[in-house]
Amino acid sequence: MNYARVLRGVVGAAGFLAAAELVGMSGLVDDRFLPRMSTVLAGAAGLVTDQDFLADAGATLTVWLLGLLLTVAVAVPAGLLLGTLPRAEAAVRPLIEFLRPIPSVAVIPLAILLFSDNLNLKLAVIVYASSWPVLINTIYGLKDVDPLAKETLRSFGFAPLPVLARVALPSAAPFIATGIRVASGIAIILAISAELMAGGSEGIGIYITEAASGSRVDLMLAATLWAGLFGVVADSVMVALERRLFRWHHVRTGGAR
Amino acid sequence: MNVVKALGRLWLVPVALVAWEVVTRVAEQPFFPPPSAILARMYELWFSGPPSHLLLTDGALADLGPSLARLFTGWLVTAVIGIAAGIAIGCSPRLSDYVDPLIQFGRAVPPPLLVPFFLALLKLGTPAQLATIVFGVIWPILLNTIDGARTVDRQHLETARIFGFSAAQRLWQVILPSAMPKIFAGLRLALSLALILMVIAEIFAGTDGIGYRLLYTQRSYLYPDMWGCIVLLGLLGYLLNSAFLLVERRVLAWHRGARQTT
Amino acid sequence: MLEITDLVHSYGSHRVLGGVSFSVAEGELVSVVGPSGCGKSTLLRSVAGLIRPSGGRITLGGEPVERTPDNLAIVFQDYSRSLFPWMSAANNVALPLRRKGMDRRRRREAAMTALEQVGLADAGGKFPWEMSGGMQQRVSIARALAYRPSLLLMDEPFGSVDAQTREDLEDLVLNVCAHHGITILLITHDIDESVYVGDRVIVLTRSPTRVAADLEIGLGRSRDQIATRQLDAFVRLRAEVGRLVRGGHTTTPASVLEKH
Repeated sequence: MNYARVLRGVVGAAGFLAAAELVGMSGLVDDRFLPRMSTVLAGAAGLVTDQDFLADAGATLTVWLLGLLLTVAVAVPAGLLLGTLPRAEAAVRPLIEFLRPIPSVAVIPLAILLFSDNLNLKLAVIVYASSWPVLINTIYGLKDVDPLAKETLRSFGFAPLPVLARVALPSAAPFIATGIRVASGIAIILAISAELMAGGSEGIGIYITEAASGSRVDLMLAATLWAGLFGVVADSVMVALERRLFRWHHVRTGGAR
Repeated sequence: MNVVKALGRLWLVPVALVAWEVVTRVAEQPFFPPPSAILARMYELWFSGPPSHLLLTDGALADLGPSLARLFTGWLVTAVIGIAAGIAIGCSPRLSDYVDPLIQFGRAVPPPLLVPFFLALLKLGTPAQLATIVFGVIWPILLNTIDGARTVDRQHLETARIFGFSAAQRLWQVILPSAMPKIFAGLRLALSLALILMVIAEIFAGTDGIGYRLLYTQRSYLYPDMWGCIVLLGLLGYLLNSAFLLVERRVLAWHRGARQTT
Repeated sequence: MLEITDLVHSYGSHRVLGGVSFSVAEGELVSVVGPSGCGKSTLLRSVAGLIRPSGGRITLGGEPVERTPDNLAIVFQDYSRSLFPWMSAANNVALPLRRKGMDRRRRREAAMTALEQVGLADAGGKFPWEMSGGMQQRVSIARALAYRPSLLLMDEPFGSVDAQTREDLEDLVLNVCAHHGITILLITHDIDESVYVGDRVIVLTRSPTRVAADLEIGLGRSRDQIATRQLDAFVRLRAEVGRLVRGGHTTTPASVLEKH
C-alpha cells in the first residue's frame, strides 16, 4: 500500500522530468532560455562541489536560521504576554491588525536605508515578517487552553506563573509550533527577496543574480532545484517533529492541522 | 455608545500615532518623516483628485490601476487553474499519489528565487510579473482545494450515488460546495500572498505600479513618498482582506450556520 | 420484489454476514432488527449497491443488484450528513428529480408536494441547519418520497432524534407506506420499534449474521402509539423478538427458523 504510493510518486516525478526533457529535445523552445532538463540536473549535481554555491547557500541558510531563532525569541514571549493579559491584547490588537496587512517585502526598501550591515538588514526584515504568524498563533493557543485544567491547578494552590508554565504553555505549544513552521516559509522568502533587492556579496539570491547576468539559466534552475529540495526536507522535518512532540494534540483534534 | 466602545477598543491607535509624530519631530531623522508629513504626501499624490474619480488623482490611477489589474488577473487565473486541478487531484487518490512529490517540491520553492528566471524566459513587464504571481499563489489554492475535495463527507457522496446524480451534478452540487470552505481559506491566503508577489514582481520586473514607485521613491530619496507607498500597500492589504471576508461571509453563510448548530 | 439469497460478506478475515436470506414483497414494510454490530448496515449497503458483497445474490424486481439500482432511495440515520447543508430543504428534495427528466417548475412542484406530505409545507426555503433534527429527517423522507422509489431503504432512521419526535416519525412512515404503496426495508436496533412499524420483522443473529427468525406481525396497518402497544399480540411479539435478539430460541410456531 505505502510502497505502491511511493512508487507512484517516483513515477510521477520521473515522468515530469522525462516530459521536460522531451520538450527540450523537440526543439520547441530555445535552449538558451529554457535549457534541457538533463543539463539542469547535471548542473545541480555539479553544484554539490561548487565552493561558490555552497558558500552562498550556507550564507542564506545561516540568515534564515538566525532570523527564525530571533523571531521565536521575540514573538513567543510577546505572544505569551498578550495571551495572558486580555486587556493588553485588546488594546494592541488594532495595531496588529493595521500593521499585519502591509506586504512584508514592502519594508525591505526602508530597511535598506536603515541598515548599512547586510546581515542586520536581512535579520530585521525576517523578524518583522515572520513574527506575525508566531505571535498570532501563540495568543490563539493560549486562548484555547482548557479553562478546566487551569482551574484544577489553581484550586490546588498553584500561583499564576506555574499555572502558565505547567498548563498553558504545553497546551499552546502545538499552535506555536505551527506558527513557527509557517514563519519558516516566510523567513526564506524574505531572506531571498532582501538578497535580490539589497545585493551584497553572498547568498543564494546573489548566486542566482550572478547566474542570470551570465545568462546561465541552467545554473539558476539548478540552484532553484536545491532550494526547493531543501524546503521539502525542512518542512517534513518540522511536520515530523510536531507529530512526535504533540501526538496527544493530534489525537485530540482528530489529526487536523 | 458605539463610538465610546470603539474608542475603548481603539485607543492605542491614536496614542501610537501621536507618539510616532512626536518622536519623529524631535528626532528629525530624514528616514523617518512624521506621520502628518506622510499623510500630506499621500493626499497630494493620490487622494486630492476630483469627486468624479472618487477623489483619486491621475497619479493614483497610474500607480494603482496597473498594480490592481496585475494582482487580480494573477489571482483569478490562478484560482481557476488551482481549483480545477485541485478538484481533479483531490477526487482521484491515484492521481494524487503521482503528483504529490511535484506539488511538495513546487510549494517549497521560494517564489522570489524564480523572478530572475521568469525575467530571462519571458518579457520584462506583465508576462514575467504574472508568472511570478501565478507560481507563488497557486500552492495554497491547490493544496486547500485538494484537501477539500478529498474530505467530502462519504455519506454525501453515497447520497449522490443512490439518487443517481450525474457526474456534473456530483461536481457542481456536491463536491465543489463541500470543498468551498477550504477553497475559500486557500483563496484568502493566496490573496495576501498575491499582494506580496505583486510588490516583488513590480520591484524586479516593473516599469509601473506601486511596487515600482516604492523602489523609485527610495532611490530618489523621497522618504515621505516612500513611506506613503508602504502605508498605501498596508491599506490595500487591509481592504482586500476585508472585502474578501465580506464575500466569504455571504457565500459560506450555510457553512457558518451548519457549524454553529453541530 | 427484493430477494436476498445466501448473502455473505467479510471485512478482511472478519466475517460479518454469514449467509442471510429473506425476501420482501411489493408494498410491504419489513423491519430488520438485530444486536448491535451484527452487520445490519452492511446488509443495507449491499442492497443499495454501495458495497459489493463477498458472496450471495440480491435481486430487485428480478434484476440482480450490481451497482446502485435506479428507483431506489435511502434515508440515513445521520440526517446532518445526508442532507446538503448548502441547499434549502426544497432544493435538497428537488435535486435528485433532475434525472427523472422533469423541468425546473415540475421539480419544484414535486418537492413542495413531498414536503407537504411530511408536514413541512412552509419549510421549503429553510436550510437544514435551521431545522431541528426531526424536521431534517422529515426532509430526508420527503426527498425519498418525491423520488418515487420502488424500494425505500431506511438505516436507523429514528436513531438520532428524541423520543417524542421518534414516535411522530414512526407514524409518518406508516402513513407513507399505507398511502403511497412504497416498499420499505427499515433497519433498526430498537425491538419495540421493529414490531410497531413492521408488517414483518426479520431478526438477525450476532455476526457472522444469519436470519434467526422471520416473523409475520399481523397487527394491521392502522396503528396507534398507545393502543397498539397495549395489545396482547404486540406485547407477545415484542417479548418474542427481544428473546431472539438476545440469542434465545423462538417459541412461537408461526415463526420460521432459518434452516442451518
